[in-house]
Amino acid sequence: MATTKELRGGAKWALSLNAWLVYFFFYAPIALLVVFSFSDDNLVGRWGGFTTRWYGEFLDNDGVQNALGNSIRVAILSTVISVVLGTMAGLSLERYRFRGSRMFDALLYLPVIVPDVTMAVMMLIFFTSLDDLIGLQITRGFSTITLSHIAFSISFVSIVVRARLAGMSETLEEAAQDLYATRWQTFRFVTLPLILPGIIGGALLALTLSLDDVVITQFVSGPGSTTLPVFVFSLIRRGVSPLINAVSVVMLAASAFLVLLSLLAQRSRGGSVT
Amino acid sequence: MTDSGNTTAAVTISGITKRFGDVVAVDNIDLEIADGEFFAMLGPSGCGKTTTLRMIAGLEFPSEGSLKIFGDEVGTLPPNKRPVNTVFQNYALFPHMTVLDNVSFGLRMQSTKKREAASRAQEMLDLVQLGEMSARKPSQLSGGQQQRVALARALVNKPKVLLLDEPLGALDLKLRQEMQTELKSLQRNLGVSFVFVTHDQEEAMAMSDRIAVMNEGKLLQVGPPSEIYERPANRFVADFIGQTNLLDATVEDEDHIILTNGDRLRAPSPHRPGTSVAMSLRPEAISIGERGSTPAEHEATSLVGQVESVTYLGHAIDYVVKIGWIDLEVRGDATAGTRRFSAGDSVSVWWDRTSDWVVAD
Repeated sequence: MATTKELRGGAKWALSLNAWLVYFFFYAPIALLVVFSFSDDNLVGRWGGFTTRWYGEFLDNDGVQNALGNSIRVAILSTVISVVLGTMAGLSLERYRFRGSRMFDALLYLPVIVPDVTMAVMMLIFFTSLDDLIGLQITRGFSTITLSHIAFSISFVSIVVRARLAGMSETLEEAAQDLYATRWQTFRFVTLPLILPGIIGGALLALTLSLDDVVITQFVSGPGSTTLPVFVFSLIRRGVSPLINAVSVVMLAASAFLVLLSLLAQRSRGGSVT
Repeated sequence: MTDSGNTTAAVTISGITKRFGDVVAVDNIDLEIADGEFFAMLGPSGCGKTTTLRMIAGLEFPSEGSLKIFGDEVGTLPPNKRPVNTVFQNYALFPHMTVLDNVSFGLRMQSTKKREAASRAQEMLDLVQLGEMSARKPSQLSGGQQQRVALARALVNKPKVLLLDEPLGALDLKLRQEMQTELKSLQRNLGVSFVFVTHDQEEAMAMSDRIAVMNEGKLLQVGPPSEIYERPANRFVADFIGQTNLLDATVEDEDHIILTNGDRLRAPSPHRPGTSVAMSLRPEAISIGERGSTPAEHEATSLVGQVESVTYLGHAIDYVVKIGWIDLEVRGDATAGTRRFSAGDSVSVWWDRTSDWVVAD
């Protein structure tokens, strides 16, 4: 451990104040949200005594339940597909040079850079032109949302997987082949276990991105097929009810759980790969 | 098989060239490695020795030429189809597996039953004195122990040829010397050919039955260590192997050369008159004495000069003797009773005619 210099007087005081301010800005809204989700008052920001009725309403409200179900289905399906495709893309780019691999490499990062709105418009135009050009009609809704989520998740997955692969020496794969492993066995017993933390990390990232997305989903969703964040957004426009607080707390808890999982996954497999 | 004799070479390389794009890594080499031989491939980095080893392993495919292992052409067979195993430079142990799983990996891939694979791996680990460590992860072992695991992991498969890529490079000096002895006795007990890549000439000399010296993709000389040391094929080999004095000269006739200063020395060589050559003289082959004390029989191979510097080594004394146009390194005797010289002394140096060696450029 490097020794840190002892700060004196004012500097020390200012720094710790700064830290407390940062924490305050981070967590005060969250704390407020959680507190008011238990408030027995019809206004979002007013305390009216303790209740759990908003959570009850959360469980009873068909709109919320429908949106939640959609969100989970979209998230799982798009994560599974984008993890497979993203891992394959990462592997091919990191381990092989092929015609157009540089171009593919550059293009793969595009969805990370392009603003959500642009991506959303692109996807919308894409689905419309599929209909216009080749007569392929995809009903706006579950399938279009899932396809769009896959489209942007692949990039994130492949970036995380590649980072892991780059830290793993190719000699290990050569050693496996030297020890009579076929290509498939090499992947199954050496490459895959070693990049698994990357794949898990990528999957959790894809899951979170899919559960969170509002903009793109809003553009490509159809009537009756919204995801939870989009539903919450529309609730706000209709007039705010503390139900939103309850829904948000549930989403917050789910995200926190995913983050915790990803941390645990990284810790248990954290050994360096050389 | 068209093989005439009853001894098939372990590895037969004929006319192998390997190109990476425009770079010729290995340039048309021919090589035969005998069964049961401890064979070293020696050269500076980038000389093509590792590429040659990787071609035997199947990790690279030759651009041209033929490569046989015990008579079977393996040129483009993938590594998992070859009866050879490799000890990699940084061991390449699988970090997510235990030591035992590492060692049994090859057997498992050849569909050996799990229990048999484990017991054979355990036996092999006992052989390299790591029986106790089988449940550990490679990261919990020292460098020397990892090296032994890598060795066990390769040998448990009973390869027909064991390939070693700078296996001792990452170890400290003392451990390296221990492993040299151990590797050698292991090889003798198993009777398997070891093909060993190194840039360390002392290591190659100490361990191998034969050495192949490579430079810039070309095979310069193949032979037993003594031959490589005493009868180097050319200037590069003479200079690369051990310490030597290289005296530039021109061939006069069959028996004589003319040094750059005009001195005429008796030194038979097969080169044509007029060829520019160098005479290689090992420091330990040169005797030193007071000026004029050259024994009569060595008059034809003697020079006079002045001691320039003296380095006391304990078991020997290194002198640098200025001959006028060149500085000669001379290894002198340090045993009690021998005359020692100091800087500035006028001396004569001479050598036995059998210990000089004329090399072409």
